[in-house]
Amino acid sequence: MRPSDLLQPRPQGLYCPPGDFYIDPVKPVARALITHGHADHARAGHGAVMATRETLEIMAIRYGADFTGSRQEATLGERVSVNGVEVSFHPAGHVLGSAQIRVAHGGRCIVASGDYKRRRDPTCQGFEPVACDVFITEATFGLPVFRHPDDAGEIARLLASLEQFPERTHLVGAYSLGKAQRVIRLLREAGYDETIHIHGALQKLCDYFESEGIALGPLSPATIGNGGKSAFAGKIVVGPPSAFADRWARRFSDPVSAFASGWMRIRQRAKQRGVELPLILSDHSDWDELVATIADTGASEVWVTHGREEALVRWCEINGIAARPLHLVGYEDEGD
Amino acid sequence: MKPFADLLDRLVLTPSRNAKLKLLVGYFSAAPDPDRGLALAAITGDLDIPSVKPAMLRALVMERMDPVLFAYSYDYVGDLAETVSLVWPAREGRVPHNADPSLSDAVEALLAAGRANGPTVFAGLLDRLDPPSRFALIKLVTGGLRIGVSARLAKQALADFGQVEVAEVEELWHGLSPPYEPLFAWLEKRADKPVPQAQALFRPVMLSNPVQDGDLAKLDPGDYAAEWKWDGIRVQATADGGSHRLYSRTGDDVSGAFPDLLEAMDFSGAIDGELLVGVAGEHTGTFSDLQQRLNRKSVSAKMQEKFPVFVRCYDLLQDGDEDLRPLPFVERRARLEAFVARLPAERFDLSPFVDFAGWEELDELRRQPPHPVIEGVMLKRWDSAYVPGRPKGPWFKWKRDPHMVDAVLMYAQRGHGKRSSFYSDYTFGVWTGPEAKPELVPVGKAYFGFTDEELRQIDKYVRDNTVERFGPVRSVRAEVGHGLVLEIAFEGLNRSTRHKSGVAMRFPRISRLRWDKPAAEADRLETLQALLDG
Repeated sequence: MRPSDLLQPRPQGLYCPPGDFYIDPVKPVARALITHGHADHARAGHGAVMATRETLEIMAIRYGADFTGSRQEATLGERVSVNGVEVSFHPAGHVLGSAQIRVAHGGRCIVASGDYKRRRDPTCQGFEPVACDVFITEATFGLPVFRHPDDAGEIARLLASLEQFPERTHLVGAYSLGKAQRVIRLLREAGYDETIHIHGALQKLCDYFESEGIALGPLSPATIGNGGKSAFAGKIVVGPPSAFADRWARRFSDPVSAFASGWMRIRQRAKQRGVELPLILSDHSDWDELVATIADTGASEVWVTHGREEALVRWCEINGIAARPLHLVGYEDEGD
Repeated sequence: MKPFADLLDRLVLTPSRNAKLKLLVGYFSAAPDPDRGLALAAITGDLDIPSVKPAMLRALVMERMDPVLFAYSYDYVGDLAETVSLVWPAREGRVPHNADPSLSDAVEALLAAGRANGPTVFAGLLDRLDPPSRFALIKLVTGGLRIGVSARLAKQALADFGQVEVAEVEELWHGLSPPYEPLFAWLEKRADKPVPQAQALFRPVMLSNPVQDGDLAKLDPGDYAAEWKWDGIRVQATADGGSHRLYSRTGDDVSGAFPDLLEAMDFSGAIDGELLVGVAGEHTGTFSDLQQRLNRKSVSAKMQEKFPVFVRCYDLLQDGDEDLRPLPFVERRARLEAFVARLPAERFDLSPFVDFAGWEELDELRRQPPHPVIEGVMLKRWDSAYVPGRPKGPWFKWKRDPHMVDAVLMYAQRGHGKRSSFYSDYTFGVWTGPEAKPELVPVGKAYFGFTDEELRQIDKYVRDNTVERFGPVRSVRAEVGHGLVLEIAFEGLNRSTRHKSGVAMRFPRISRLRWDKPAAEADRLETLQALLDG
């Protein structure tokens, strides 16, 4: 059996013919295996969904309890059969509940990584390399220019700015699932124990993270009370990036606009968005992590998907690993 | 290097002047000597390290990485310095944090290296730095930080840091050199004010306030002299002991661009005047012509011949060894007349007085000036001493009324800081092409002149009439039958080859919102072109 008989791109997503299931389909299908809860990977309306408990719960929070016909909880590391194909989920380190999916059949083994990162994240389980013949890697930051710095240093810059501009509200744009809670958790680890104000869109997910044992400290809705604009002077407000261009942001006094994203590595990106304080914090692997992971899996063949495929394919060529881009449609850039 | 790199990164993304000042003051307070002085010199453009050419930068990185991967990277980032700072391959066993070389370590190493060794030393430094610091180092050696901080703003930050007047810093500035340790010692009250040894120093300029409603009613016309306000650039021509310098009004040394004028500065003193294109006493050229000569490091003989420059003299600050600034204007003026009479007539002339009996007569004159390069009148108290800065009372400027044009809003861009949730920067256009099928062509951009309430109204209009979005910019519905007309006030018009319309406005701002006016009735490009020819 060729690897492409086991998994192949279809308009709906990555399809497994012998198992008759899709991985992270972008359109409703009969049976879906889902790596993590971000909206471009986890959509509502499938007949059956298999995912980790956390991902299923996150999907229920986002789409309502009836987001799928039936659901099956995947236990990390446990091998189960789906229509005779051996399937197992392994931690991907991307966001809470995120998993890589290993698919084995007829002596072939493919790992679809979904989105992943390698560095420590206090809000989710760390990535574990899984040996395989074919590794399907994401390439969101698949260019040698993307080298994420240490998280602690980025949080330190935010706190330093807060000290230097104590009269200004620090608005931190962060994607509502994962990034926002990670920023908050990292702030707590850095010793910041004041109330952090959050946009309404983050409330349910922050509550969920708390219920999963991830302590986020005192949070409060960023709504105007009696204090008016000055109530937020010198405070940290976390919200989805889209909200900052919105009328919502007018309630804050002379805000410093910060944005937590791997894209903030590129000055022009920050400048275009009017970001004053870029925080280079990503859910995705940087270039060094991507190439290290390819080596760690021992895969003899690599398929590269969503992102800058050509550079990673080129790196594989130079290093004697067969590689090709896998043209999947419908996945978005981080945080945009 | 890291604190300097952090400073650059913050400055480049910080739009507010006050916030920039705060960042600079914070850096001057925290950074040690000589780092902070070198950083200051880098910002003001006074740091001269042997340059690394972009080609060498590219060659250095190519030795270390796959050219195809580099090409993908450069293509994505678009800026060579930034690309190299990011892709530079860290050597085995990353350098521990405490090994970060200081700014002065880096500058000293580069200065000591010389031409032959330069690239090796430079690459060695890159190996020891993190990406933001690499970027800062590359910018240092390739020249031009481009962080939106002028030398003037840096001097203001020094003044804030030391709690002194910026004029004091400006006056000292050209007598000091990097790393400015005596300057910092004085600003920190650890030492006396440095006594500059250099010659032909800059003297901080005296500025005027605009005439506001009701100002003149309280003043006696007999106390004031009036002069035309010429539309060139304010300069200070200073010469002593064989040194000749031409300074802008902010104290930048612009001598390099005007060798023709410097040659004629055979005097000992300091003249305050207006730099204009033309021949003194014969012909005064437009600001457009003057622009041909501005912002150049050097200038060709042909350019000097085609656009000769001269100084129209307003004031005399120094005559030989004598500082005239404490004298009343009437006495300085008499000294100026005698002084200018001895200078080459084609390079220096006197700014003539405007005779007037009362404010109403002067009002008429400033509205109808006798020469197109006049932008209004200046009022100076006969008894005024020459005081740096912008004191209220002794000097006034009374400008000609601005030009007006009705234009149609075409694009709106989100603002920064307080305005980050508002579409507050507007690109507007006027009609061009056949009358039957006119098209809008952009003629300018304005982001002030309106009230907060008007800003809210325009913002709503933009959101309700968006046609397309490009990042922070929205294109707004603007057709013959539908569009928002903005009355734009502006000070003048220059020819421009960079803009499709062929014109560039000076100091455009929104004067009124013409909700009442149909878009089709906005002005046509021909109206503006007529101004150019006039």
